[in-house]
Amino acid sequence: MPRPATLLRLAALGLLLAFLLVPQRFAPLFAPLAAGGAPPIYDQGNLWMLALSHLATVLAACLGSIVIAVALGILVTRAGGQEFLPLSRAVVSFGQTFPPVAVLALAVPLVGFGEKPTLIALFLYGLLPIFENTVVGLRTCPATVLDAASGMGMSARQKLVSVELPLAMPLILEGIRLSLVINIGTATLGSTVAAKGLGEVIIAGLLSNNTAFVLQGGLATGLMAVLLYDAVAALERRLCRNARID
Amino acid sequence: MIVIENLTKRYGETMAVDAVSMVIERNSIAVIVGTSGSGKSTLLRMINRLIEPTGGRVLLDGRDTGSEPGYQLRRRIGYVIQGHGLFPHRTVAENIGTVPRLLAWEEDRIRARTAQLLEALQLDPAVYSGKYPHQLSGGQQQRVGVARALAAEPAVLLMDEPFGALDPIIREKAQDDLLDIQRKFGTTIVLVTHDIDEAFRLGDRVAVMSEGRLLQYDRPEVLVTRPANPLVARMTGSAERAMRLLSLTTAGEAALPLTAGESGADAIVVPTSASLREVLSELLWRGSECATVADANGAPLGRLTVAAILARARPA
Ligand SMILES: Nc1ncnc2c1ncn2[C@@H]1O[C@H](COP(=O)(O)OP(=O)(O)OP(=O)(O)O)[C@@H](O)[C@H]1O
Ligand SMILES: [Mg+2]
Repeated sequence: MPRPATLLRLAALGLLLAFLLVPQRFAPLFAPLAAGGAPPIYDQGNLWMLALSHLATVLAACLGSIVIAVALGILVTRAGGQEFLPLSRAVVSFGQTFPPVAVLALAVPLVGFGEKPTLIALFLYGLLPIFENTVVGLRTCPATVLDAASGMGMSARQKLVSVELPLAMPLILEGIRLSLVINIGTATLGSTVAAKGLGEVIIAGLLSNNTAFVLQGGLATGLMAVLLYDAVAALERRLCRNARID
Repeated sequence: MIVIENLTKRYGETMAVDAVSMVIERNSIAVIVGTSGSGKSTLLRMINRLIEPTGGRVLLDGRDTGSEPGYQLRRRIGYVIQGHGLFPHRTVAENIGTVPRLLAWEEDRIRARTAQLLEALQLDPAVYSGKYPHQLSGGQQQRVGVARALAAEPAVLLMDEPFGALDPIIREKAQDDLLDIQRKFGTTIVLVTHDIDEAFRLGDRVAVMSEGRLLQYDRPEVLVTRPANPLVARMTGSAERAMRLLSLTTAGEAALPLTAGESGADAIVVPTSASLREVLSELLWRGSECATVADANGAPLGRLTVAAILARARPA
């Protein structure tokens, strides 16, 4: 007998998949919102393909954020790298505070329309939570544990790989989760520069004054974010069940 | 054998350790005592080069410890700290196997050694191997810490206030276990504490430190009977020095031979391992004049009288 939380998860996943694969079945639900004979379900593209490329863009950008943010986090917590902390923090915070729309506008002249400017914007936007959590995670490793690790003859590298990173992992994953979820939403902006994604549905709705489209794009994106959030949280619990520090 | 020569550590203006020289014999326990900030930990951590000395050197079995990379040296030296420092994300068995794994031992050998150590420390391997540190009591965590330090069969074990976090009863048990382990594995131990009773209980020799300097390094009874200076006398507790002296001798060592005609049938029977302090206390409590010293089977070996005990409470 699965637990209620699992049932809810499966229900949400089933709903999302059903909507993306056979959207026409949901037409009666959205019909009241489509005014004056407008189509109740988005008909200018395949929702399933849009959702997949939306997800692919977010995951690719996130992978880039993880590599750079974790590497930076490791660098600034080493004995020789502390002087880079203020600079790294400034760069990463700038990535978060500079509006993604502005990044898109600036990136298009450089790299053209399509996926690339969106990837850049999401990559920059996702750095901060991962970086900050990596730094905190590495900094809060208990001093006695680190002392014992050195005392037993671990090299700096062995200490990092087999003690510090595993102990920081719960926080790093939390940062990744945050960054993923924010970017699932933010990625809808990419459709303004012709990246394939669920933002297209929302924009089409705005242009044709069709609330049904806007709602469909919003709901699909939202469901995707919730499911992804939940999946990473489950991974976090699984990996970190025992890394409890008393 | 560990030879420490003129070992010095300076932090800016502070001399954390100031030209300390001492020799620690093989298979013995040296205890370093001193007030907080006297440089005990710094001295200890210079032996395995967790701290690089400003001056002087350490010889381990005749070899300068500075002649190999620090991490390699540390794999040959056990290290136990207060609060154990166990890896929270690793099981008891994985914690204990840390150094053998760094040294690329075969898995079978690691498993066998882990089981042997857990048994030596009275932790059933079947029960405890797979547990995580947070599932153990403080005393058990501390024992796993000791097992981990001994895993790769180091000739030397460094311990920095290893029992500091334990309550008095468990601490006494841990001290007994350590003495057993030391006899069993023949390890040379250097232990830091600020508990003078612990120092006297465990140390073959006790080093007294103050402000980075080594004031005296000698057998416990010498520290009591001939303190090098008033500070050592104060630290070893001049008010209780007679009792302390008694606590350093066992009933077995002090027992008078049974003379012909004596049955050895005193009302009070004490084991050979009891300290004279304990025997005297028992005699005073029971209002008795003499006790029989018996071996583990209860066979009388000798006797002790109050007068004979009191004679040992003064410097010879
Ligand atoms: N990294 C450091 N930088 C500057 N001073 C230090 C450093 N480490 C230790 N000291 C100083 O060196 C002296 C000796 O310190 P140490 O830790 O060896 O003392 P201790 O005898 O172990 O004390 P405790 O019983 O409190 O553990 C102290 O005055 C301390 O402030
Ligand atoms: Mg100390």
